[in-house]
Parts: sequence; structure tokens; C-alpha cells
Amino acid sequence: MVKVIFFASIREDLGLNETEVALDGPSTVADLVKLLVECHGAKWSEALSRENTLVAVNQTMVDDQHTIHAGDEVAFFPPVTGG
Amino acid sequence: MHIKISVQEAAFDVGDETLELGRVSKQVGAITSFTGLVRDINENAGVSGLFLEHYPGMTEKQIAQIIAEAGERWQVLAVTVIHRVGELLPSEPIVFVGVASLHRGDAFNACEYIIDFLKTRAAFWKKEQSVDGPRWLTTRASDVETAKTWRSTEG
Repeated sequence: MVKVIFFASIREDLGLNETEVALDGPSTVADLVKLLVECHGAKWSEALSRENTLVAVNQTMVDDQHTIHAGDEVAFFPPVTGG
Repeated sequence: MHIKISVQEAAFDVGDETLELGRVSKQVGAITSFTGLVRDINENAGVSGLFLEHYPGMTEKQIAQIIAEAGERWQVLAVTVIHRVGELLPSEPIVFVGVASLHRGDAFNACEYIIDFLKTRAAFWKKEQSVDGPRWLTTRASDVETAKTWRSTEG
């Protein structure tokens, strides 16, 4: 299983803080997004496919070709606005 | 280097934090700090408050990384970064960056470097409450450009 968490506007758009996904073998972030969109539909496609949506795996920023393993924590969030 | 990183809902005292930086070593000859406050205006809308969230664990790691980078570029004895989350009102302090060093040049530069990258790299998100309703803020292009100027001065 992979833990998937969402922050800020993405969390609100999806109406969900986190979910768990079972991956079928080695998968990239792009594969995970495809799977989530297949399960949940257009709203998820819009939120997760935005050009500026960022992804972290195990709290390190990655691109969508990064390989995800069972037990990983994957986070989706918009550009940061702290300070 | 003494490092203190805190992401917290509670208010902080700029005076206390500054004095604490001075106590880390008898070598400290300069302390600089930056304190950010919540503004009541942003892109012309009357702002009544902010909500901030972060990514517990990752945010602190990112701040530690930015501090480590500053420590490689300048002689730094101590750094304190405090960032508040949760509900905040205009005029409330939201972020504190304090740097203790032997000399002022290193302290000024490291402080500016840390706040510039904190704005563009640390996992915080602001939601603004304004007369137009609630709205998640987007990254300011000017903040990204400011952070980029440090890259061009590297080495």
C-alpha cells in the first residue's frame, strides 16, 4: 500500500486529506495519478494534472517519472506560499 | 552551528528569540533578524485574516536544508527559524528568521538567504480571508525571481 496525502487547495478540491492505494507492481508517480483519476474521475484529473501541482515522495520533491514503492508516502500540493 | 526550527500555532517573542541567539556563544558579534507580519492588504483586497498549513516533517526538513546551505556560504554560529501556522490576524507576526554570527555581513546575508528560500521552497500554504471571500494564495513571481538571484551569486 502507498499512503497518498493532499495539501491546501488540492486537499479542498478533492475533499480528502489522504487515501491509501494498492499498486500493482513498480509504478511511477504518473502511473499513480492515472490510477487515481481512473478511480475518482474528472475532479481528480483536474486537481492532480495542473501544470503547477507538485509531488513529494517520502517528503522529498520528485518528478512524475519517480518510481514509487510499497510503504511510500506520496504527497500532492500546490506551489508553496510561506513566509 | 546551533539550529532552532519551530513550526507552531503559538505567538513568539522577537526580543526573547534575539536574546537567545546572543547566548549561544561568546563569539557572537552580530545578530540580524527578519520578522514577517500578516498584512491587511494583498492585491487590493481587504484581508481580514490568514490560514496557514504545512507538511509536518517535510517542512522542517526543508528549513533545515536551507539553513545548512546558508551555513556553507557564510560563517554562521546560530540560526532560529519560527513559522506560525493556523489562523492569523493582520499585524500578527507570522515568521521569524534570526542569525547570529561573528560579523554583521555574514549575519545579514544568511538571514536574507534563509527568508528568500523559505518563501519559495518550504512547504507552507496560505489561505487568505478577504472581502472577496477565502482564497488560496499563489506563489509570487517576484519571490521566485528574488530567490533565483542567489543562484547567480553562487560560488
